Amino acid sequence: MSLNDWILSLHLLSAFAYVGAEVVFTAMIVSLWRTESTRRVSSFMGISRIATGLVLLGSLGTLVFGIWLSISKEPYDLWDFWVIAAIVLWAVAGGLGQQAGNAYGSAGMEATRLATSGTETNPALAETFGASRAFWFHLVSTVAILAILVLMVWKPGA
Amino acid sequence: MSHVLANIRPDDWNFALFLHVLGAMLLVGSVVAAVGALLTPTIAGDPVTLRRFAFRTLLFAGLPSYILMRVGAEWLYSKEFGDLPDDVDEPAWVGVGYITADLGALLFLIALICAGIASAKSKNTLGRVAGVIVAIALIGWLVAVWAMGAKPD
Repeated sequence: MSLNDWILSLHLLSAFAYVGAEVVFTAMIVSLWRTESTRRVSSFMGISRIATGLVLLGSLGTLVFGIWLSISKEPYDLWDFWVIAAIVLWAVAGGLGQQAGNAYGSAGMEATRLATSGTETNPALAETFGASRAFWFHLVSTVAILAILVLMVWKPGA
Repeated sequence: MSHVLANIRPDDWNFALFLHVLGAMLLVGSVVAAVGALLTPTIAGDPVTLRRFAFRTLLFAGLPSYILMRVGAEWLYSKEFGDLPDDVDEPAWVGVGYITADLGALLFLIALICAGIASAKSKNTLGRVAGVIVAIALIGWLVAVWAMGAKPD
């Protein structure tokens, strides 16, 4: 096995971590859709922390190992259309994902604070966990990641 | 030159590969969600909510994703190795993929049943057992991801 084989493996594992985390967040958003229950939202804080860690590992790993491969592996180059497009989409997905994560994370911490103090419901949670700006950011971020996967498989311009 | 050729894949394999990888990624994500829900301690949260979430994620996201991954894999296999003569062995990474997929499916189904019962009957220990079983399947599938990339001989 060559060094490039190992780098490709790490690139793939990073991509699985990134997409896996997106799936976890999507499942949580579906499960908490329009909920007002502080206890329900608070239940997901542990999983949310795991998914956040996976996003950090996965997004950095895909970029670093991906750029390495595009430079070291023939017949690809860093300036190939599909590589540049993937990096742009990676930045879009990361930026929007972070915005969504901040909004959901703040709502989750507030829900935990209210749940531990005995407050059972909060109407503001239903807004955040409905068709909010955070939701649309998450959706666009997910579509961008899906588009990256399409680029990685079809490699247009390679 | 052989290294260059090895990187070139016929275009008509792409859709099968896309389905296979997408299914595998969705499967891993679904299982991570379930493992997190079943094994992460919660302080102010509701364990019943988490057990139900884990079961539904495995059933409605994990199971269809596994089928998608497996259909994509078989389709890709038929394109890549369909014409392989009987006396020629498949590469080792193909074997790793099949073993982890089959054993993982068995563990996944056992965990799905355990998570379903744990969710319906509110059994915390059974929920944790389901979490451990599906976590073992997850480890196997991550080994398969490594093998698909590194392609060991």
